[in-house]
Amino acid sequence: MINFQYLRAGSTEKALALLAKDKNASFIAGGTNLVDLMKKGVSSPDKLIDINKLPLKDISLEEGHIHIGALASNAAVADHALIREKLPLLSMALNKGASAQLRNMATVGGNLMQRTRCGYFYDITMPCNKRKPGSGCGALEGYNRMHAIFGHSENCIAVHPSDMCVALAALDAVVVIGQPNGERRIALSEFHRLPGKTPQLDNNLKANEIILGVEVPLNTYGRHVQYLKVRDRSSYAFALVSVAAALELDGNRIREVRLALGGVAHKPWRLTATEAFLRGREFDPALIREAANRSVAEARAFKHNKFKITLAAESIVQALSEASQQS
Amino acid sequence: MADNKEKPGTPSPGRRNFLRDSTLITALSLTPGAVLKAASEKADERFAELFEKIPLRLTVNGQAHALSVEPRVTLLDLLREQLKLTGTKKGCDHGQCGACTVHVDGERVNSCLSLAVMNEGKEVTTIEGLAREGELHPMQAAFIKHDGFQCGYCTPGQIMSAIACIREGHARTRDEIREYMSGNICRCGAYPHIVDAIEEVQKTGGKI
Ligand SMILES: Cc1cc2nc3c(=O)[nH]c(=O)nc-3n(C[C@H](O)[C@H](O)[C@H](O)COP(=O)(O)OP(=O)(O)OC[C@H]3O[C@@H](n4cnc5c(N)ncnc54)[C@H](O)[C@@H]3O)c2cc1C
Ligand code: FES
Ligand code: FES
Repeated sequence: MINFQYLRAGSTEKALALLAKDKNASFIAGGTNLVDLMKKGVSSPDKLIDINKLPLKDISLEEGHIHIGALASNAAVADHALIREKLPLLSMALNKGASAQLRNMATVGGNLMQRTRCGYFYDITMPCNKRKPGSGCGALEGYNRMHAIFGHSENCIAVHPSDMCVALAALDAVVVIGQPNGERRIALSEFHRLPGKTPQLDNNLKANEIILGVEVPLNTYGRHVQYLKVRDRSSYAFALVSVAAALELDGNRIREVRLALGGVAHKPWRLTATEAFLRGREFDPALIREAANRSVAEARAFKHNKFKITLAAESIVQALSEASQQS
Repeated sequence: MADNKEKPGTPSPGRRNFLRDSTLITALSLTPGAVLKAASEKADERFAELFEKIPLRLTVNGQAHALSVEPRVTLLDLLREQLKLTGTKKGCDHGQCGACTVHVDGERVNSCLSLAVMNEGKEVTTIEGLAREGELHPMQAAFIKHDGFQCGYCTPGQIMSAIACIREGHARTRDEIREYMSGNICRCGAYPHIVDAIEEVQKTGGKI
């Protein structure tokens, strides 16, 4: 790892001021993604600003929503009584990510900002438009088994690896962002970007901003939720496909529904058209099958990831069925 | 952040480029001794900065340390190389195997992905800190009793993780143990015996 300057920020204002001073500075929270990338030479900041002393660990019930601070650890969120009771989907998704050790270290802010696990991005001897704009996409014609089937461009077919973000997308979460002169809020589903012509930009956080936390609206799904994660081994692996499903049922009628996919796109892939199709209808196996088929109608796969289209459809069927049966 | 922004070929005037553009040649022609000497004498301010060490206080297995470390040193390397506590193992060095698991302020973490300097003021427990007055920790004893290892390389990490797993309340069933121990890979495949050991310690219900 190339050496760097290390600074600790005592307040959010100080953190932002330090960040503004140096174009090649970076925040560090849990370090589980950044330290890894620095060891690989994928990232090489001149300056690390340790933000762990900032007062951003709170998890609290507010008017109409739950606030989760950017520095709350993934384990603290997953195990928090309020989250388990009011946002079980988020708890499930977090617990299916990484390992117990990593979840103790990883933070909510870092999880939102984590970079793709695409092998071509991680290998600095390979072309990658995300790491080195203009160098090409190694995955396009390469080994693309883990890659996107939705929203990709000829410049990048990487996927966003987070589980937490898929649940947050389904739960209509909002990201709270700190700026030098105030705050702004952005819907989580608008936070991450599609690759388009600028795959080097993962998300819409600006160079002078910091994530303060997320707000998740209270909902009426109760226990009718499921986070289904399909992977190469049963634990401690990134998703091939994952599904976050939430249902509000009135008897057998689907009053409300939320669906988002992970492991299939450069951002959590919210299925709003499928939600609209299902809303108001009677829950039955044929309908769910039809919804799943519609969901993947526009998927476009590559040489090694064609299986993901079927896998996504089947996973949607399973997740919705299981969500409807939870009690 | 830094690597997430468009930077169309405009080199930043930082220390890194200074090194890349001019110092590299010099550095290669100097012996390591000369480099360190130049650094310590601050013959070249910018050069010295590359070797900048910062103070770090932390407690390891009950013993307080006042150290001086480069920011890039991980907690794992600090433990093994500076403090000579080689019980904690380096498997993958990328958070993928769990061999480096230690407790920081009571929580299990992967010491390979933690910068040592980020642990200022914290309490670290390693496998060397478990035995009391020559008596093995119950989890160590259970691993021996149940033959919870073959080569033993993953074992310190497994044991640190196992203790935390019970303390967290995530060892109520064999399935739960398997799920919450999945961050510790065992290449020898001693998993069933590891689960036996943890289950037994959990069932005895003592304070661990
Ligand atoms: C072996 C392994 C397996 C994993 N498996 C999974 C998995 O199955 N599912 C999953 O979802 N994830 C998985 N992860 C990824 C893990 O979730 C992320 O590494 C973690 O969430 C990152 O959080 P952090 O706090 O450690 O971030 P850091 O590494 O500290 O930071 C990551 C990035 O976020 C930026 N950042 C951090 N906080 C802020 C903030 N408040 N404001 C602005 N920028 C910020 C940093 O500058 C940096 O660029 C895995 C990781 C490893 C190593
Ligand atoms: S050495 Fe840290 S997880 Fe493998
Ligand atoms: S005992 Fe050999 S790796 Fe686990």
